[in-house]
Amino acid sequence: MNRSLIISSVLHALLIFITAMSLPFLAKKPLDIPPIVSVELIQIAEKTNIPFAPKAKKIIEKVKEKEKKLVSEQAPPKKVEKTKTKTVLAPDQNNKKIENETPEAIPLPDKTLKKVETKEEKKQNPEKVDDEVKQVSEFEKKDLFDPNNIAALIDKSKEESAEVLKINDDITQDQERNVENTGLTLSEEDALKAQIFGCWSIPLGLPYNENLLVRIKLKLKPDGTVSKTEILDHARMNKPGQGFYKVLAESALRAVKLCQPLRVPTTGYERWKELQLNFDAREMLEG
Amino acid sequence: MLKKILTLLLILIPINANALIEVDITRGNLNPLPLAVSPLSIDEESRKGFEKILKKENIGAEISNIVENNLRTSGLFNPLDKKAFLQAPDIANLKPRFEDWNLIKAQALITGKVNYVDDKLRVEFRLWDVLAAKEMMALAFTTVPNNWRRVGHIISDKVYERLTGEKGYFDTRIIYVSEEGPKTQRIKKLAIMDQDGANNKFLTLGNELVLTPRFNPASQMVTYLSYFKNMPRVYLLDIETGTQEVVGDFPGMTFAPRFSPDGKKIIMSFAKDGKSDIYTMDLENRIVEKITNHPSIDTSPSYSPDGKYITFNSDRSGYQQIYVMKNDGTDVKRISFGNGLYGTPVWSPRGDLIAFTKLHKGKFYIGVMRTDGSGERLLTENYYQEAPSWSPNGRVLIFYRETKTNSKGEGFSAKLWSIDLTGYNERQIKTPTDASDPSWSSLLSN
Repeated sequence: MNRSLIISSVLHALLIFITAMSLPFLAKKPLDIPPIVSVELIQIAEKTNIPFAPKAKKIIEKVKEKEKKLVSEQAPPKKVEKTKTKTVLAPDQNNKKIENETPEAIPLPDKTLKKVETKEEKKQNPEKVDDEVKQVSEFEKKDLFDPNNIAALIDKSKEESAEVLKINDDITQDQERNVENTGLTLSEEDALKAQIFGCWSIPLGLPYNENLLVRIKLKLKPDGTVSKTEILDHARMNKPGQGFYKVLAESALRAVKLCQPLRVPTTGYERWKELQLNFDAREMLEG
Repeated sequence: MLKKILTLLLILIPINANALIEVDITRGNLNPLPLAVSPLSIDEESRKGFEKILKKENIGAEISNIVENNLRTSGLFNPLDKKAFLQAPDIANLKPRFEDWNLIKAQALITGKVNYVDDKLRVEFRLWDVLAAKEMMALAFTTVPNNWRRVGHIISDKVYERLTGEKGYFDTRIIYVSEEGPKTQRIKKLAIMDQDGANNKFLTLGNELVLTPRFNPASQMVTYLSYFKNMPRVYLLDIETGTQEVVGDFPGMTFAPRFSPDGKKIIMSFAKDGKSDIYTMDLENRIVEKITNHPSIDTSPSYSPDGKYITFNSDRSGYQQIYVMKNDGTDVKRISFGNGLYGTPVWSPRGDLIAFTKLHKGKFYIGVMRTDGSGERLLTENYYQEAPSWSPNGRVLIFYRETKTNSKGEGFSAKLWSIDLTGYNERQIKTPTDASDPSWSSLLSN
């Protein structure tokens, strides 16, 4: 009896120990979540898109010239020439053509083709990936400018572009989440704030120690002009003894009117067609 | 029970409302508000009527100049150049063309009309919000024509109050000690003027030394010290009637009399046997009460606007510093702890700040601190300046400053200056003679 009791208790203890050790929260450290870093995406399409093609053209031409030499040593010149001319045209023309014609001739053009392919894909989804493409092209430009080892650099740029694409994909997802939660990105919000800061003449006579927060709801048109303003604590405006509040509310309304059209994002009207501005001068008046 | 369950359910059910995007605006510009003061329109008949009585060609333009000048000197407004105005005064008063005023960047507009009715001056004025295209205020006054300057000040006060949320300070007067002659033989007279320096009048002849005139916050009475046969006397002067009365003869030296906020008492300090203490005197029954009893020099007392506390300066800690106590002399607390000597504390009519003079490393500063001594801010620095006095709205300080009259440091001149709480808007108030010890009255029209 005693023996079986001991065995049972030992086994139970063992079981408890194993369970405890294998519990995930004991073994794992709490997640160390890095602080959220906001990433600003800037439209650089006009700047980077234009130079990309001619520069790449030149570089590719250079590559081909090199290749020419190489090829001329290894293979009959006519064949190579054909491939070259076609690859040069590649950025502006259909990829498939080139793909079909260049595969085995030289290894290098193959790589350039891949690059071109990615670009074409991006063009199909301009809104989503457009920015990243331009960033990639920036990298490429830098790298490609080294004329000594162009082939290797092209390889690199390809790898990098892939990486950058991945990262940027993540960012855009994050951003979408942000947009769902807060509505405006930090840069969009900053642009709007900076504009209204300039328009708002703070009434200097206000006492800084009172609760003077004016909330104004705006209905906006797509071009940023204000179609309707509404003071959210309107009842307070006409209460006796709330002279300070009324003055502040009026100054805030003047600021909104003076600032029209507001610097709103160019896209996503649905998100910001209604905005709430919270005017709070305490920080300024205390100082 | 059912109600409770329902409420609980309502609380627990998440409300999936579309969150409104909120943007916090915590900064703005501190530039003066641009506004347009259109000359008050006047018909030809009224213009001629006033020209006869007041010797002013266009009284409407004169009144609007007063308004414009007041608003500009406040530092909070930027009256725009009249040459840029596109609309004539008479039409603007009926219905302003807001686009025109918007074009010159005016955010507010003042228009009005002057009439000569039954030998009286009738002035109506309107304040417009240009951006919102609506009227903010419309008032009319009727008075004797000689009061035209006051009408300008009253309009300024109304506009100031409507646009800033606090009462104005333009329909007020300043009493000060006018000084003439060489430093060893100064002739000192009491003088009074409007806050903008107009209507200067002398109240005493200058045969007695006068010091520290102080306005009663409750009425247009002044208390001041005058030396008669080398004995200081505290006088009461009614400005409206011009009657004077001696409050009493006091032993030793008497300093710095000042009214209590209700005007029923005078608080001052007496120097006796090498020490100085603070006393109050009831003006009705002339009973004198000792408030402090300390073997040090306690002087320059000033009441808080609710009359519950008194601030004063004392050297009880070894150096002259500012203290606050209850009105019965208990619960004395030192509030100034900075380097240098602190004196002449004056409680703001708004109750939130105490203004003072500070002497540090040979320079004089006018500054303010909160009533617990925190948030000390020095507004202006100079070779010699002191005696700050608050405007009735607690936003501007007037004080006097002595400067050398030539570069060799010879001669001196004392003038009145004003500065607002931002410390940026410093202005000299022109007086016909040298001036010291200013005191600001309360608003004449409440």
